[in-house]
Amino acid sequence: MSVHRHEPASPGCAGLCCLRVENLGVDVGGAEILQTVSFHLHCGEITALIGPNGAGKSSLFKAVLGQLPHTGTIEFQRAGGNKTRPLIGYVPQSPAFDRGDPVSVFDFFAAAVSDWPVFLPVPNKLRARVRACLERVHGDGLMDKRMGALSGGELQRVLLALALEPLPHILILDEPLSGVDIDGERQLLDMLDEIRRTYDLSIFLSTHDFATLGQFADKVILLKNTVLRVGSPEEVLSSAEFQAVFHLDLGKGGTR
Amino acid sequence: MGLWNLLMDLLPFEWAGYGFMRTALLAVLVISPLFGLLSTMVVTNRMSFFSDALGHSAFTGIAIGVLCGLAEPMWCAVAFALAFSLLFTYVRCKSHMASDTVIGVFSSTAVALGIFIATLGGGSFTKFNSLLIGDILSVEPGKIALLAAILGVVAVLWVCAFNHLMLSSIHPALADSRGIRVFWQEAVFSAAIAVVVTVSMTWVGLLVINSLLVLPAAAARNLARNLRQYHLFSLLGAVACGVAGLMTSYYIGASAGASITLYLALFFAVTLVFHKRRM
Repeated sequence: MSVHRHEPASPGCAGLCCLRVENLGVDVGGAEILQTVSFHLHCGEITALIGPNGAGKSSLFKAVLGQLPHTGTIEFQRAGGNKTRPLIGYVPQSPAFDRGDPVSVFDFFAAAVSDWPVFLPVPNKLRARVRACLERVHGDGLMDKRMGALSGGELQRVLLALALEPLPHILILDEPLSGVDIDGERQLLDMLDEIRRTYDLSIFLSTHDFATLGQFADKVILLKNTVLRVGSPEEVLSSAEFQAVFHLDLGKGGTR
Repeated sequence: MGLWNLLMDLLPFEWAGYGFMRTALLAVLVISPLFGLLSTMVVTNRMSFFSDALGHSAFTGIAIGVLCGLAEPMWCAVAFALAFSLLFTYVRCKSHMASDTVIGVFSSTAVALGIFIATLGGGSFTKFNSLLIGDILSVEPGKIALLAAILGVVAVLWVCAFNHLMLSSIHPALADSRGIRVFWQEAVFSAAIAVVVTVSMTWVGLLVINSLLVLPAAAARNLARNLRQYHLFSLLGAVACGVAGLMTSYYIGASAGASITLYLALFFAVTLVFHKRRM
C-alpha cells in the first residue's frame, strides 16, 4: 500500500465512504510512538487492529479521535466523494466506574445525549429516547442500574449504545473483548455484525484475541509503531511479519 | 429583608427576636444549599482535597489584600483563589502527575506564602485567627444578597453545565470524543468553588469550610441510586444540618461552623449504616 501525501483520490476509496489515514506520525514527549502509518477504513467493514502492547494502538485511536496531535493526514470522504469531518463513536477501553457513584445508566446516557440537566426530574420523552437507544444493544433492562454495578459485558453494551447515538460514520472500540467472558464476547461480536449490516458504518477495533479474528473481521491491520501488514485475517495471521512480532503461527488451522 | 423580618415575627422562639439571629439564619439558608450543590460535584470529581487547598489559598489572598492595605481584602482573596484554581486545573490537565501530588504542591506553597506575607516585618498572625474559626453571626444583610446572587449563578451554571461536567469527571476521554471541552468544564467548576469558598470563608471558618463541601454529598452518596436522589439528599442534608447547627450554637454557645460540621458528620454516620445494610 503505497500512498502519497495529499494525493487527491486513492484507488482504495473510489466512490465509497472511507476514512483515509496517510503518513500519520505521533510523537509523545520526544518518543516516536507512530510513524508513517497509512491505511483506509471502509463503510460496512470491520477492521481489527492488532499488535503487541505498546505498539501504539491506543495512540492511533486517540489521533483519529483528534485527542492527540499528529503529523500526516486523516481524511474522511462521504459516499458522494465530498470530504467532511466524520462523526466518530468511541467505546473506551474497559473504563473503571466507581462502584459507589450514584450515577445510573439512565443518568449517564441522558447526560451525554441530551441538554436536559439530569439532576432535575426527567421528562418521559427523554426516558423513552434513552430506552430506544439501549434497545439497540438489547440493554433496555439496564436503565436504572448504577454504572458501578454493571458487569464488564453490560458496561460494554451501554458504552456501545452511547457510541451509536448519534449514529456515527466510524465506530472505534478500544479492546472491547478484554474483561468480557466467552458469552459476552459472542454477544458483542454478534451485535457488531448486526450494527455493521443495519447502519452501514465502519467499525475499527483493537483486540488481542486472534482466535476469533477470522470470524468477524474483514480486514486486519498489524501495527507496531508503523503498519507492518494489512489484509484479510488469514493473510495477516499467516504472514512472516505476524510471526516475527508475536513468535506465533496461527495461519493454518490455528484460527478456526 | 422586610419580608424575612415579618416571617420571623411569626416564630414563637426566643432567638427569632434577635436581629443577628435572623440574619444568620437567612445566611445559613443561602450558604447551605450552595455548598450542598457544589458538594455533589466535589465528591464525584474527587476534589475534596482540592477544595481544602483552595481554602488555604483564600487565606493567602486575604493576607496579600491586607498587605496592600485594601479596605475589602476579600476581593483580593477571590482574585487570588481564581488564579490558583485555574493554574491548578491547567497543571492537573497538562502534567502526568497524580492529582493529589499537584494539590499538595499548590496547597503547601499557598499556605507558606500566606504565613510569610502575614508575618512579614514581624507582623502578628493573631489578626487572622477569626478567619480560621469564622463567625456566622457577623454576616451583614448586604453580604447575604451577594451570597444569594452567587447561589443564583451557581444554579444557572448547574442547569447549563452539569451534564458535561459530570461526563468530564467520570470519563474525560469519552467526554472529549463527544465534543465536550473537558479542560474548560473543570476550569469553570473549580473557579466556582474558588469564589464560593473565598466569599463564605469569613462566616464559616477556614478550618471547617471543606467539610461543608464534602460531607453533604458523601452522605447523600450512601443513600442515592441516581443523580436526582443524590442532589435531593445532599441539598436537604446540608440545609437541615445548617439550621440545626446554628440553633445548637445559639443555645449552647459553640461555633456555628463547627456545630454544622458535626451535624453533617452525624448525617454521614447514619447514612453509612443504611449503606452497609443495603449492600
